[in-house]
Amino acid sequence: MGLGVVGIAAAGAALAAAWRSEIAPVPPPAPASFDPALVRRGADLALIGDCRTCHTAPNGAAFAGGLPLPTPFGTLYSTNITPDPETGIGRWSQAAFARALRDGVDREGRHLYPAFPYDHYSATTDDDVRALYAFFMSRPAVSAPPPPNELPFPLTIRLTLAGWKLLFLRPKNLAPDPAKDEVWHRGRYLVEGLGHCGACHSPRNLLGAEITSRAYQGGEAEGWRAYALGAASRSPVPWDEAALMQYLRDGFHPLHGVARGPMAPVVENLAEVPREEVAAMARYLASLGAGPRGEAAATPSLVPASAPGQAPQAAGAQAAIPAAGTDLYAAACTACHEGGRPPPFGGISLALSTAISDESPRNLVNLILEGLPVRGGTAQPIMPGFGAVLTDAQVASLAADLRRRFGGGLPWPDLDSAIREARAARRLAARPAAAMTR
Amino acid sequence: MTSMILNGERRAVRAAAETPLLYVLREEFGLNAAKFGCGLGQCGACTVVIDGEAVFSCITPVMLAENRQVTTLEGLGTAEAPGPLQRAFIDAQAAQCGYCIPGMMMRAHALLARDPDASDAAIRAELEPHLCRCGTHMRILRAIRLAADAMRPRSTAEAGR
Ligand code: FES
Ligand code: FES
Repeated sequence: MGLGVVGIAAAGAALAAAWRSEIAPVPPPAPASFDPALVRRGADLALIGDCRTCHTAPNGAAFAGGLPLPTPFGTLYSTNITPDPETGIGRWSQAAFARALRDGVDREGRHLYPAFPYDHYSATTDDDVRALYAFFMSRPAVSAPPPPNELPFPLTIRLTLAGWKLLFLRPKNLAPDPAKDEVWHRGRYLVEGLGHCGACHSPRNLLGAEITSRAYQGGEAEGWRAYALGAASRSPVPWDEAALMQYLRDGFHPLHGVARGPMAPVVENLAEVPREEVAAMARYLASLGAGPRGEAAATPSLVPASAPGQAPQAAGAQAAIPAAGTDLYAAACTACHEGGRPPPFGGISLALSTAISDESPRNLVNLILEGLPVRGGTAQPIMPGFGAVLTDAQVASLAADLRRRFGGGLPWPDLDSAIREARAARRLAARPAAAMTR
Repeated sequence: MTSMILNGERRAVRAAAETPLLYVLREEFGLNAAKFGCGLGQCGACTVVIDGEAVFSCITPVMLAENRQVTTLEGLGTAEAPGPLQRAFIDAQAAQCGYCIPGMMMRAHALLARDPDASDAAIRAELEPHLCRCGTHMRILRAIRLAADAMRPRSTAEAGR
């Protein structure tokens, strides 16, 4: 990484020409000056772009910024994008807003850090920029200066970002594909653009840029794996358009499980946008293919082993379990995961779990430790966490056992370090549930 | 055979290793403070403390208590000599039907042991996994605050020694 930093610095220094000029401030436009229909469209687009998710601190005012974003390079804080003239974007013209969104340069001419996914937002059309501008400029203005970023030198020099952009910022190639229909094209535009799915689901290089040649082969976000999508998917059951639609809308699917970690706010946002938009995204995502594992596997039965009614509740379940010695899976997991009830009232069969078939154990470890905490006000499957009672050795043996039984892959070499990291992250968050809700 | 340290005493468990701890506590040891609410780790009525951490005993196979310190509400005091947390719940009259109370108290006990100065916000957040059908939440919060205040001078004095 040291070399990389030097590389960025050198590229940045060579790029004095990358200096961007200020765009003159404007008097804040009156919220009523925007067409309500345009504002509504902007609201939908902002949900698809997950703007609120990053630009709102826990328990903070919507869009007022201040959420810490841990990156491998340091901690960034999201900015205030309410129309407050002093601390927000109140004095930004539409041209300034468009430049920030698509080029990652703020009104004053400073380069923005790519935690703001302008590499995706660059695809946003002029019409959609207009709608987004109308939406943000008609939000309540909140005075809230964002906390200063915690970055090491030379990343504090924003001009280094010009070098980064020169190396990695490429316009999205969204040329029409005559073989595909309009819905697919809409979906591609949303997924590749505002939806910025690849920001988490694609691996990144040492300088934090998405590796475009390995798009959607799986990445990570905030201590969670963002699974590979499409052809590289390791889902035991192939995803199809209908399943994607249901998952993105409801936040879970009986054959695939529950969206949690940083995916949880994404599905919460998508639950609020017009159905057709999500349907278009599902069509495009389905066209990325089904994983090798998925194609080979037959769909396992939804209702495994025990007969319905035999083990409806955890505390009543020991009757259904044969003498199992110190079999943790049998003792702690089967009551729900082999209880014969599909989600949301029962757990999925673990043979369907991508957390177990994935190349990284991190999500499985997170789930064992934290479960699926309740998320305020949504009707969603929940699972109690076992982090308070299991020792690290027990978590490791349970995870290894699940991998052996259901994973269909080699043992995870990095299981112990995944457990250490997950424990450390859990300690940092005073309460995991609170930390994951925003 | 599982063996655990239950409210300070080493106890051998006859029940099978995968039996939920809740059943062992209630049926084998007659400790009826922890309640069966949902059996799914969703209500908190069965909460006990294992090695300082609040856990749902209904979903905890007793094998996981092997050689560990298990504390139930009975371990915090008696009717005649209630502990500070129990005293505070009586003073605040925090129980309505009382079904949720032992679980609430055990999680509060673990929290105050870890953080005697827990803020009101921290207490609220900590108790989030617990349901109370009777709606005595405000009194429960008041009781925990009372208990924290009552316990603090002593814990500060102990820390000073
Ligand atoms: S009975 Fe254990 S959580 Fe409800
Ligand atoms: S006092 Fe009745 S459930 Fe809480």
